Amino acid sequence: MVMLSTGQALQSALDLALSLDETVFIAGEGVGTSIHLDPNLPTHGLLEKYGPKRIKDTPVSEAAIAGLAVGASAMGLRPVVEIMFFPFMTLASDMLVNHAAKLRYMSGGKTAFPLTVRVKAGVNFGAGCQHSHNLEAWIAHSPGLKLVFPSNPADAKGLLLSSIFDPNPVVFVEEMLLYWMPGEVPEGDFRIPLGKANVVRPGKDCTLVSYGGAVHTALKAAEMLAAEGISLEVIDLRTLVPLDETCMLDSVRKTGRLIVLHDATRFCGYGAEIAAIAAEKAFDALKAPVMRVAAPDIPVPVSPPQEQFYKPNSEQVTAAVRAIMDQSVQRP
Amino acid sequence: MQIDGLTSQVRREMYTEMVLIRKFEEKLIALAREKARVVGMQILAYGQEAVAVGVAKTLNPNDVVVSNHRSHGHLLAKGADPKLLMAEIMGKATGVNKGKAGTLHLAVPEVNAILTSTIVGASPPLGVGSAFAQQYRNLPDITVVFFGDGAAAEGSVHEAMNLASLWKLPVLFVCENNCWAGAQCLMDHCCVDDIVRRADAYGMPGIAVDGNDVEAVYNSARNMAAHCRGGKGPALIEARTYRMRGHGEHDPCHYMNQSELQQWAEKCPIKTFRARLKADGVLTEEELAAIDIEQGAVVKEAVTFGDDSPFPPAKDALRDLWIE
Repeated sequence: MVMLSTGQALQSALDLALSLDETVFIAGEGVGTSIHLDPNLPTHGLLEKYGPKRIKDTPVSEAAIAGLAVGASAMGLRPVVEIMFFPFMTLASDMLVNHAAKLRYMSGGKTAFPLTVRVKAGVNFGAGCQHSHNLEAWIAHSPGLKLVFPSNPADAKGLLLSSIFDPNPVVFVEEMLLYWMPGEVPEGDFRIPLGKANVVRPGKDCTLVSYGGAVHTALKAAEMLAAEGISLEVIDLRTLVPLDETCMLDSVRKTGRLIVLHDATRFCGYGAEIAAIAAEKAFDALKAPVMRVAAPDIPVPVSPPQEQFYKPNSEQVTAAVRAIMDQSVQRP
Repeated sequence: MQIDGLTSQVRREMYTEMVLIRKFEEKLIALAREKARVVGMQILAYGQEAVAVGVAKTLNPNDVVVSNHRSHGHLLAKGADPKLLMAEIMGKATGVNKGKAGTLHLAVPEVNAILTSTIVGASPPLGVGSAFAQQYRNLPDITVVFFGDGAAAEGSVHEAMNLASLWKLPVLFVCENNCWAGAQCLMDHCCVDDIVRRADAYGMPGIAVDGNDVEAVYNSARNMAAHCRGGKGPALIEARTYRMRGHGEHDPCHYMNQSELQQWAEKCPIKTFRARLKADGVLTEEELAAIDIEQGAVVKEAVTFGDDSPFPPAKDALRDLWIE
């Protein structure tokens, strides 16, 4: 184990992938020479170590960056490309949604696209809605794309290595404010399989399903609730596609209650799918309606009080948990 | 035009391939008018055969072709099996993509036609990715990207050309200017009257060529491909031709000018090349007629193969999304 920030953990995964496999290359805006000199940024120092053949600074051309990944992966390389912020994904989306996701299927399984798209997400850095807009539900709604959204340094490393070496296209979401959060990280070639959720805090009264930075909001709430004698089980999905239904449903069957938490907006958000699956497959176990704690259905505001209002906080989670406990009915 | 080192053998092959494409698409025109014979829109390159054949004839087997919605000619010219293409267009299990591609998304990696996209303007960035892989691996191969004058209005084409030239990638951009983007003619969808001038903007060589003259296309493609192969970066060919059918066979063409169509029919690439081969003494009328009959039989065999093939089981729709 070694103490690393999430950004450094991602960097160690990129470094290892580059050293393990000559077909891995990195491309994106400022992935070689960045305006930032912060060693916590995932691509920091890679250009110096691997050179300009494998660390490719690109023009500001998201469609071409994504097209580069799709075309190069069709030819057997393992591209790891970066889209700087989640809202910029809209500019790359044709290449991902219509091509990376569909071309193998349409070829009848003849072609393969082992690419990874890294993208920064999150709110609370004051940049507004054209830099902050979590679009994971868009990606999850495109069959053919895997979707990974880690919450801590160790997961970030283990999941990024699995994503890069997965034979399918993967969108890997990095919550920017976690870049500076430290944690214990296993050394060497450490991988976490895609599609496996993690019970980050066991509990018996209520299940809370979340992912990314919101997991920390949930853990803080769980701590507050423990003082009140309420035991919250927190599940970190880690991978949104494919979803680990078993982990989530096992927990719901145990606690009989489910709350979904994410920093993305509520309407048609990823949490809606989690709620629907619970209703379809564990209705008999539910003691109360499934609840969602999510951002309001507005663009991310910039003014600090408004941006803080936008991002779901631990108090909203504890209020939801208390409400779900109050609403509960007895199940035989 | 002056024949630049083209042997009789190459000229004979080019004629044969053009006839194959024409007969293949003539059959699709007929099948599109029958009930439940072929699936979806039939978007044809009828009249544009010289571009596909003239370019593909200069390529090596390992060179990659990235095509678009008007792909049949490109794929046949690259060596795809007409039987497997026809079965695919019929949605059959024996099709080259097991019935999952249909006419619009054919992928034939066996001949390095790695993908076809019906999203207009997608082939250039995808081809840039393929060419990047070729450069990354120090391969001597190039990637040919086919796109139309309509696609040239997409922003993705700009991004792709800029990146290809910036990184000196071995991409041969081939714009088939067939004068139409849907129901809009070139002067209604493009602010200038050509595409080739864009080459200057991206610092790459560009040439406009008579897209209905297969030998002219061949010579341009050979020169431009040599440039790309030499590590000097991309090149652009604008092949000026004409869309002799509607956007697809579902298009009644009410907006097209009949006298203009008639003028271009006189410039039919197969008719003119046929006459030239005869005049040059390369092939006799009997030999030419024999090729026509032979290629007709190849297409007939493809249709029989497709007709005799089963549809895939409905549940196979659930397969092929992921590599497990």
